[in-house]
Amino acid sequence: MNIGIIIALVQRYSFLYLRNPIRGFELVFWPAMELLLWGFLTMYIQKQTSGDFSNFIRFLIGATIFWDVLFRAQMGVSISFLEDMWTRNLLNIFVAPIRKREYLAAMFCMGVLRVSIVVLVMSILAWFLYAFNLYEFSWNLIPFFAMLMVFGFSLGIISVALILRWGQAAESLAWAVPFMIQPFSAVFYSVDTLPKVMQTVAWCFPSTYIFEGMRELVKTETMNWSAIWMSAFLNAAFLAFAAGIFIWMFAKARKLGLLTKIATQ
Amino acid sequence: MSIPVLKIENLTKTFGDTVAVDSVSLAIKPGEILGLLGANGAGKSTAMQMMLGLIQPTSGNITIFGKDLEKNRIEILKEMNFSSTYANLPSNLTVAQNLKVFAGLYEVKKPKKKTLELMELFEIDHLQRRVTGQLSSGESTRLNLCKAFMNDPRLLLLDEPTASLDPDIADKVRTLINRLRYERNLSILYTSHNMRDIETICDRIIFLHKGRIIVEGTREEIQQHFSENSLEDVFIRIARDGELVDSQIKKES
Repeated sequence: MNIGIIIALVQRYSFLYLRNPIRGFELVFWPAMELLLWGFLTMYIQKQTSGDFSNFIRFLIGATIFWDVLFRAQMGVSISFLEDMWTRNLLNIFVAPIRKREYLAAMFCMGVLRVSIVVLVMSILAWFLYAFNLYEFSWNLIPFFAMLMVFGFSLGIISVALILRWGQAAESLAWAVPFMIQPFSAVFYSVDTLPKVMQTVAWCFPSTYIFEGMRELVKTETMNWSAIWMSAFLNAAFLAFAAGIFIWMFAKARKLGLLTKIATQ
Repeated sequence: MSIPVLKIENLTKTFGDTVAVDSVSLAIKPGEILGLLGANGAGKSTAMQMMLGLIQPTSGNITIFGKDLEKNRIEILKEMNFSSTYANLPSNLTVAQNLKVFAGLYEVKKPKKKTLELMELFEIDHLQRRVTGQLSSGESTRLNLCKAFMNDPRLLLLDEPTASLDPDIADKVRTLINRLRYERNLSILYTSHNMRDIETICDRIIFLHKGRIIVEGTREEIQQHFSENSLEDVFIRIARDGELVDSQIKKES
């Protein structure tokens, strides 16, 4: 693994944001809108009903921020790839002496950068608007975020693999893939809300354990480490699966002559 | 005798029932420019993409710098480069940013010095702060060539580098490529539909038709072989009567 090459690739993607303030604005615009929407909706429900909502707003705001960690990590990978595709630069990247693992590592770094910016902005907004202190989770945030980011990266790699194989037709998957698993991940509700069959599927995703763990921590102030370990185990399996799919699709695209097609279309 | 920089043996690529490249064998010597000609769909681009490792050959061997491409792709790519009209550098980055990134990707030792040197060489140093998407075709081609020379390659694959350039700029680019080839003992595989390009700078020419090599030689040898006055006439004849020419050549041999 060549660090110099990874830095050069990260530079390539970050120049986009440094050069164009609109791109930076877009990075935080949607997460901020989500936070406003969910936060005020919760406050409205709280006013309209008489139930015990003491933790409800914390669940929802926490879930919104946690979901964005997963989503932005996935986007960090898939959008970086799409940037090269949209600007017809992929061919230059494919013929440069870059190993697949270096390319993926650069995308992961971009994911981490995007997540860091989004979390910082969302945590400040949540504090000012809803007096929600994300950093109350303290060090527990590290395993939570790490697990969500790794799962986001795996989904990003799978999205890229599908675009490699099916080209522009699969482009919308870059946005759709995380939302395919969102209902199963029990982001905004507990897993037992789901029908039995869906619950079985839900427990196959590493993200489910994190969202359940987050709610448990808010409710009982105890960290469920077995959920973290289970999430880590599933993440390892998903990452291996994603890497396998990526290698397979890349080889298939090379065999079918698709790399140049998607790079110049 | 020097070892060829690029050697291809019986290279074949099929897509289903279509044979895109059919048992092509060729070699490029150090410092030589080989022109690869053929009508659209003749197999030039597929052959070139296989030489870059972008397409997996169905059969045959590609050896670059004496090493097998499949097994040593990264090592080989460090010493070769590519430029095509169909591949752009990111349009939303400035000229200087793009070159900085590629200097990093090719692990250039003194990136600032190198990029400045190349920009001066290709006369685009006044454009370094300009966004790449705002460059004219000529400026964009010269930027692509700056990228292609970034790692001081020993082998350069140029896919229609002068397409979409006006005759003046095309001539400048050709002259520069030719000069650099002599200065650096650079080997080049050159594809173009511009016969002027091929006549001016190629030492040898290969004509492809439906994936097969129809004829190979210097410009004079090829023109003599077909009793035609220009390379363009040979091109048209092969494009229109490729099968006939192919069968005649087979008969003669």
